[in-house]
Amino acid sequence: MESLSPARVTALRERANLVRQGIVRALVSAGSGHSAGSLDMADVFAAFYGEILRHDPARPDWEDRDRLLLSCGHIAPVRYSAMAYAGYFPVEELLTLRKFGTRLQGHPERVRLPAVETTSGPLGEGLAQGVGMALGAKLDEKEWRVYVVTSDAEHQCGLHWEAMMTAGKFELDNLTCVVDRNFIQIDGSTEDVMPLEPLANKYRSFNWEVFECNGNDVAEFVAVIEKAKAVRGKPQVVIAHTVPGKGVSYMEGDYTWHGKPPNREQADEALRQLEAERERIVAGNG
Amino acid sequence: MASADVLETVASMRLAEYRDAAAVKEVPTRNGFGEGLVEAGKRNRNVLAICADLVESTRMEAFKRALPAQYIEIGVAEQMLVAMAAGLASVGKIPFIASYAMFNPGRSWEQVRTTMALNETNVKIAGAHAGVSVGPDGATHQAIEDIALMRVIPQMTVVVPCDAIQTKRATLAVAERFGPAYLRFAREKSAVVTTEATPFQIGKAQIFRDGGDVAIVACGILVYNALVAADELAEEDGIACTVVNNHTIKPMDEPAILAAARRCGTVVTVEEHQIHAGMGSRVAEILAQHYPVPIEFVGVRDRFGQSGDPVELIEHYGMGTAAIKEAVRAALKRK
Repeated sequence: MESLSPARVTALRERANLVRQGIVRALVSAGSGHSAGSLDMADVFAAFYGEILRHDPARPDWEDRDRLLLSCGHIAPVRYSAMAYAGYFPVEELLTLRKFGTRLQGHPERVRLPAVETTSGPLGEGLAQGVGMALGAKLDEKEWRVYVVTSDAEHQCGLHWEAMMTAGKFELDNLTCVVDRNFIQIDGSTEDVMPLEPLANKYRSFNWEVFECNGNDVAEFVAVIEKAKAVRGKPQVVIAHTVPGKGVSYMEGDYTWHGKPPNREQADEALRQLEAERERIVAGNG
Repeated sequence: MASADVLETVASMRLAEYRDAAAVKEVPTRNGFGEGLVEAGKRNRNVLAICADLVESTRMEAFKRALPAQYIEIGVAEQMLVAMAAGLASVGKIPFIASYAMFNPGRSWEQVRTTMALNETNVKIAGAHAGVSVGPDGATHQAIEDIALMRVIPQMTVVVPCDAIQTKRATLAVAERFGPAYLRFAREKSAVVTTEATPFQIGKAQIFRDGGDVAIVACGILVYNALVAADELAEEDGIACTVVNNHTIKPMDEPAILAAARRCGTVVTVEEHQIHAGMGSRVAEILAQHYPVPIEFVGVRDRFGQSGDPVELIEHYGMGTAAIKEAVRAALKRK
């Protein structure tokens, strides 16, 4: 693939910024939810819905669509926000997050919102389901691909490793796992709670092709996914290095923002910062 | 006296000659699963068999030979078994996943709840080696809590067929019914009481014997013990028992349970499972709400199993014909 044009990169960066603004508005409206991981994956989700996925927001049940699974369901706000800005539902619906009767459940539910592909929240289960889907595509000789976004801390779950082993066995080259490597979890740093390093080597030893990138750079992420798609005979992982809370100065790098929302004042400040950043992006100074 | 309707219903069951002990055929219920699965896979190429390193003992071997392109082996990984099957189901497959009931759904309960049931996927669990009748392997391999684990999950269908022929029918039936399902069967040879002519429908309990004194509501391989106990009670004590084969634990056939309770005024439940939260508990919930009658529970009484000969263990844990007869007499006294 040609590399992205500067105008396209600017458009994706603006999209990621808007996705962040949607996350902040949804979280403050909900009064609970997970800020840090949602914000740090905005670039990845903006890239998926804006550039990478073969999908059609008007036909979420299109059989030949690529499947994007969010394994770490607690960062649902980033997915919902990216879906809203991609046209799956009105952006204002984001304000129903976590409220009674909403399609935007605290953790995603496929039955209520089929376009999320699967129900998630209990950690470590997404890759296993993605392996099932990718194997189903192989059995039926389908061209669509499966992408699974995981947190880093959910690599502490045994099931994820069962899924890694199985993907290696079946040589699922139509499967790409994206790891949100932000080094935080509820109780602190992943390397203090239960060390994951050397993570890349662990994947390699399970017969995966490993890529690393800056997960907060949309252009770099799109380019690395293109490389991953070209791999044959192996599943691929993209370890996406991200800054937790990315885009909001007082949240960046602070693990205590893992599982809480901003209050109204904090949200107003976050939106001010994000809007200023958006103006810089559009003006070409960002 | 039994109404003509009831007698006709019993006759329509077309049961085997289970009363002639010498003529009773013994076949493990798991064999019926193996046969049914091959047929289901031939009828619908989206039916997959996925196994966790127990292909012979879960009786998936015939499927593996006959339909290799529809067979997947994933090794000793029961949580993976469930979650991967949910993924396959969400792209149109009908996966049957097999292990011992102790490991699936025993080990994989949360994956069953989230990825199969809450996610409304068309995955079928085959729980082999359920009950203490697993025998010598001992308590670690004897699932006697699995009915409880599965029946509390919304959307789940739970079927415990009474013999090998019925297990085959149940396998085909769950393949054709959309939604998550749990099918439970046993390791040992057990009496075949139904025939190919016996009807089978998920959610429709079957009256295998009629009598007006006590209703025995049983499931699984102990249905045969219930029938034997009922015949002996008639002969020895002149007690007339209805025997209901209550093969579908969920959704349970409430009208059939209520009809049996109304006919007899007292109920004995029989299952190879903890009496807590199993089939009998569901019967008790129905009767407590709509038609309270005295109930006696035959099953494992809040204990773990152990190694031993299957028949010896069934007797030891109070599920043999003598224990059933004792429960019937106790129930009758409480009327």
